[in-house]
Amino acid sequence: MTQASDTVTEARQDRVSAVGRKPARRTGPMLVPYLQAAPMALVFFFFFVLPLAATIAVSFWQYTQYSIEPAITLQNYGDIFQGCLRDLPDLCTTFRTYLSTLKFCLIVWATTLTIGFTIAYFLAFHVRTLKFQVICFLLCTVPFWTSVVIRMISWMPLLGRNGLVNQTLISMGVIDTPLEGLLYSDFAVILSLTHLYTLFMVVPIFNSLMRIDRTLIEAARDAGANGFQILTVVIIPLARPGILIGSIFVITVVMGDFLTIGIMGGQQIASVGKIIQTQMQFLQFPLAAANAVILLAAVLVGVWALLKLVDIRKEL
Amino acid sequence: MTDSTRKTGSGIGTSRRSILKGAAALAGTAAFPAPFVHAQERVTLRYLSTAVNQSPAIAEKASEDLGIDIEYIAVNTDEVPRRVITQPNSFDLVDSEYFSLPNLVPSGNMVGMDANRIDRIDELATVIASGTVDGEKVGWDGTAPHEVLYLEDKNATTFATEPTEWITLIPTTYNADTLGLRPDLIDKEITSWASLLDPDFAGKTAIINIPSIGIMDAAMAIEARGDITYSDKGNMTREEIDFTIEKLIEAKRAGQFRAFWSNFQESVNLMASGEVVLQSMWSPAVTAVRTQGIPCVYQPLKEGYRAWASGFGLPRTLDGRKEDAAYEFINWFLSGWAGAHLSKQGYYPAVLDTAKEYMEPYEWAYWYEGKAAEQDIMAPDGRILEEAGAVRDGGSYAARMGAVACWNAVMDENQYMVRKWNEFIAA
Repeated sequence: MTQASDTVTEARQDRVSAVGRKPARRTGPMLVPYLQAAPMALVFFFFFVLPLAATIAVSFWQYTQYSIEPAITLQNYGDIFQGCLRDLPDLCTTFRTYLSTLKFCLIVWATTLTIGFTIAYFLAFHVRTLKFQVICFLLCTVPFWTSVVIRMISWMPLLGRNGLVNQTLISMGVIDTPLEGLLYSDFAVILSLTHLYTLFMVVPIFNSLMRIDRTLIEAARDAGANGFQILTVVIIPLARPGILIGSIFVITVVMGDFLTIGIMGGQQIASVGKIIQTQMQFLQFPLAAANAVILLAAVLVGVWALLKLVDIRKEL
Repeated sequence: MTDSTRKTGSGIGTSRRSILKGAAALAGTAAFPAPFVHAQERVTLRYLSTAVNQSPAIAEKASEDLGIDIEYIAVNTDEVPRRVITQPNSFDLVDSEYFSLPNLVPSGNMVGMDANRIDRIDELATVIASGTVDGEKVGWDGTAPHEVLYLEDKNATTFATEPTEWITLIPTTYNADTLGLRPDLIDKEITSWASLLDPDFAGKTAIINIPSIGIMDAAMAIEARGDITYSDKGNMTREEIDFTIEKLIEAKRAGQFRAFWSNFQESVNLMASGEVVLQSMWSPAVTAVRTQGIPCVYQPLKEGYRAWASGFGLPRTLDGRKEDAAYEFINWFLSGWAGAHLSKQGYYPAVLDTAKEYMEPYEWAYWYEGKAAEQDIMAPDGRILEEAGAVRDGGSYAARMGAVACWNAVMDENQYMVRKWNEFIAA
């Protein structure tokens, strides 16, 4: 036994005897875990449960242009889905908006995953020393020192009609007229979302890759696996928890995004977040709340489906 | 020290009073031999409005002239009414658009201003007070300011049809908007709002993404194209809203618009970068593009202008010294210096005669009379706006404000309109 563990044992005995002296000897130890969990629980209660409960409650209220009144009405939900069944097979605004948001989600998920996994793989397996791994990893976070909006807006001088990319292409003789689709388009939105959120993939995947026992890779190689087989049969399955966590980050962030889609899409591309924002601006809080509840449900279904794929508790 | 000076003499126990007196005396001798200077703290007025209306120079001058400190709270156009309705105690003075009033007044969060306490109430520009310029009626479509200028009494939640002694908003700035364009990138002559939807400019136009204003621009363009004649553009029926949005969606799907913008600076950037060559613009935004050395024209059109007006209102939570200070500030605002300052940025002030006193004759001739500039025209910050010889776009005050066709509006069917607008954005 080391000295340290002796001290711990003594301390524990001290505590037990200290508790023993108190009259409330049974409730005391039982309360301790609750007290320890209390700060987090309180934070969750005040900043998550309460606002969420309020949002759900308000989504059933009535409103005018300058007031909201408590009520229990499904009117707001009805308004959101108005005409959605009637117009089939044409899509109503709500469905079309969700579909558009979902499209961005899937594309950005694919791009961030590809790029994020590649970067993490390089960091984990090709950078040899821990010191350089840390340095490279920190380099990846440098863009995060500036604000999201700045990182987004900085694309504009590059992508604009008279921007750097168009000027370069024209001077090289590749194109005659500027490419219009670079800015204020789906492309611009996907590009900047990928730029903004790739790190959310890199971090958890890198973490997963670092935990892979290197002897497994050697064993696979000894057993005759080629590089591609090692990647698909050994590394990717073991990186699943990281991939999953990264995916949850990216999907939830993109589903609720309205800033990037708004700015890079020239406000012309619909997103659920943008609709909620417009409704809030016009004081249609109950309608916005109903939309938020639906969005939350949609995201939760997505996350639930992802969790079905991997038992994240077991993997961690 | 401030505590002691405020409380001495008003029903405080003797022992405490004597102590306070001692403290006050000590403090007095320590500072200046004039303790009355400290008798009242300076009042700070929290001034809520969009950033465009918040000139640091005005706050500085007011502080100098009145001893009232102005603390600006800058928010977006949409955010102003939202703040008034949800947080009426978070400001002391609001500079709001008149078109928001049909939402603000019924909420009861604003009070009527006592006309007797406004020195120049009878000198307000007629275009605001009665919807006329030089005795001629201008277009009243939309929320025309004179229709929402008066309340029945201080706490009324409905508008008065006749002039009363209770004012909703005292004008700060107003102007008429039209299409702005880049003459170096357009070789067509633009004479009508219909050009906003002209396929020749596909991918090079923009409209404002504030539904109350954007729908008016769209209505001007669609009516000018001859698709429809509205009974009142500023108060459309559901059918008219459907039709307008349908036409907008058609144009959007055909790639007509480059982007939608929602604040002053965005519209300036779109124009200055050449992403957009034709869009509905605020007059000072045109000035802002031009001060960057980029040619930009504020183009008068045959259908007339879409006008807007903004003014000071008081929240119901205001009282006591702050209320006095608010009236004092408003009276100062109408007394000329601020009006002249705003005029030199291209806005029009509430009282024209006092602004004139603070402007050079050549400045007045350029900004108000549509005459060629005798000397270089300077912006308030000292930069050259126009060289000698230039004439203001849109001509004289009477030519501009006299040709107003409609005003920014909140319609009766506003909620329906916002929903349809969202469909347009999503299309």
